[in-house]
Amino acid sequence: MANFLQQVVSGLASGGIYGSLALAIVLIHRATGVLNFAQGEMATLSAFVCWTLIDHGWAFWPAFGATIVLSFAGGVALQRTVIRPIQGGPLLGVVILTIGLLIAINGLDTWIWGGAAKQFHGPFSTAPINVAGVAFSKQDIGVIAISILAVVLIGLLFAKTKLGLGLRAAATNPDEARLAGVCVPAMLALGWGLAAVLGAVAGVMAAPSLFLEPNMMRTVLLYAFAAAVLGGMDSPIGAVIGGLVLGVLLNLVGTYVHWIGGELRLAVALAVILSVLLVRPAGLFGQTAVRRV
Amino acid sequence: MPLLELRDVEARYGEIRALHGVTLSVAEGDFVAILGANGAGKTTALRAISGTVKTSGDVLYDGHKIFRRTPESMARRGVAHVPEGRGTFMTLSVLDNLRIGAWVRRGTSPRDLANVFEFFPRLYERRDQQAGTLSGGEQQMLALGRAMMAKPRLLLLDEPSLGLAPLVVREIFATLGRMNESGTTIVVVEQNATLALRAAKHAFLLEAGRVVLGGVASDLQANESVRRSYLGY
Repeated sequence: MANFLQQVVSGLASGGIYGSLALAIVLIHRATGVLNFAQGEMATLSAFVCWTLIDHGWAFWPAFGATIVLSFAGGVALQRTVIRPIQGGPLLGVVILTIGLLIAINGLDTWIWGGAAKQFHGPFSTAPINVAGVAFSKQDIGVIAISILAVVLIGLLFAKTKLGLGLRAAATNPDEARLAGVCVPAMLALGWGLAAVLGAVAGVMAAPSLFLEPNMMRTVLLYAFAAAVLGGMDSPIGAVIGGLVLGVLLNLVGTYVHWIGGELRLAVALAVILSVLLVRPAGLFGQTAVRRV
Repeated sequence: MPLLELRDVEARYGEIRALHGVTLSVAEGDFVAILGANGAGKTTALRAISGTVKTSGDVLYDGHKIFRRTPESMARRGVAHVPEGRGTFMTLSVLDNLRIGAWVRRGTSPRDLANVFEFFPRLYERRDQQAGTLSGGEQQMLALGRAMMAKPRLLLLDEPSLGLAPLVVREIFATLGRMNESGTTIVVVEQNATLALRAAKHAFLLEAGRVVLGGVASDLQANESVRRSYLGY
């Protein structure tokens, strides 16, 4: 039982990371119809920035804060310079552009920081903490807390603020949003900035356990996509829950189904998604549009 | 000084010219109907004002020539445009749809919301529903309610009666009348000329992208050729 709980919590920690990245993907997809394949590499870049600041003697939390600000600015800048000119163009072109971005950022990371894996000392110790007789890793608990905090803050921004309303309106119906006076291009850029922030959280939280190197987020990106599809590509809550479910499920399968082990986890993830989509094509939380005409 | 003036405004969609030099003016506090057959350029005339189509010629608003009109800049100047087909935010709640109407204003005052709900009690009953689940009439009410939230100086409406039950249409035009009485200038495009001429103070008749007739609504109503072509009696 203790082992089971430990595996669940440790799965929730990875799930929180998948969920944050999945949410970033869903936010951009909802707002612009763009599938951002570079989201994982953007997160890695953020983690590198954070690592560099710490390497220069910064404490973790100020470095994390600065990384978040820089990532936001980077996301906005990326949208304004690279994405905007081809927004609304053919889907294939947009997809290829974000894949190109993936490769470019990956190359940039290698060029600046080299390909060797770096130790990233996170803010949480890996020492165990006893809760009701079960030993959990402090790092797992910390990662869960930070991921959930990030997701909740973004959720509140969208649901409760005027800016969030503008973001949702611009995503739902850009033409109408403009007629209401919303500056849609600014909202789209803001959306990319917020997605980059979520990515930064995911990247920095993942780095201590994965070791920091340019390809760190490759598999995480696949899991994040899986989580987004599982939850329903257009449902922010679905993306987060999909991430958590996937994290726990993979951990349990890896622990208890011995012949699967570490290598087949990705295949298991995809099998799960396939079966969910067979039953619910819109994903667990996706809505098939309800509309009366 | 008129609130809105169009001088020789032309508009085209690619090769097709939709407006051939439209000239008209709308006084502050006026209620103007733009009539005409399908394809006469009524919708384009509204779009020229709100900046959703490229034009040449001059559009003057509040005495100033407005050069680079975009929908968002016109919204900030106090122009609310309700396009044809009840443009609502389908996946947002009724309440959020109304709140976005107040985007150009500072915050959403509960009094404005209460005001809209007083006009359209049915929207209050459905305030937490997604706009996409409303009936056609309710969506038109929502679109109008959203425009009310902006407290516009100039309200542009495109075919508000289209596809709606007569009772709903009457309700909507009654609301327009009350908004006009409280000072909002209204320009409405309508295929239903009888209805529009009854509600409006002034009217313009568009034919093939030109204004062919303009004046006091009751005069147009009495005009022989208008009656034969547009009123059908």
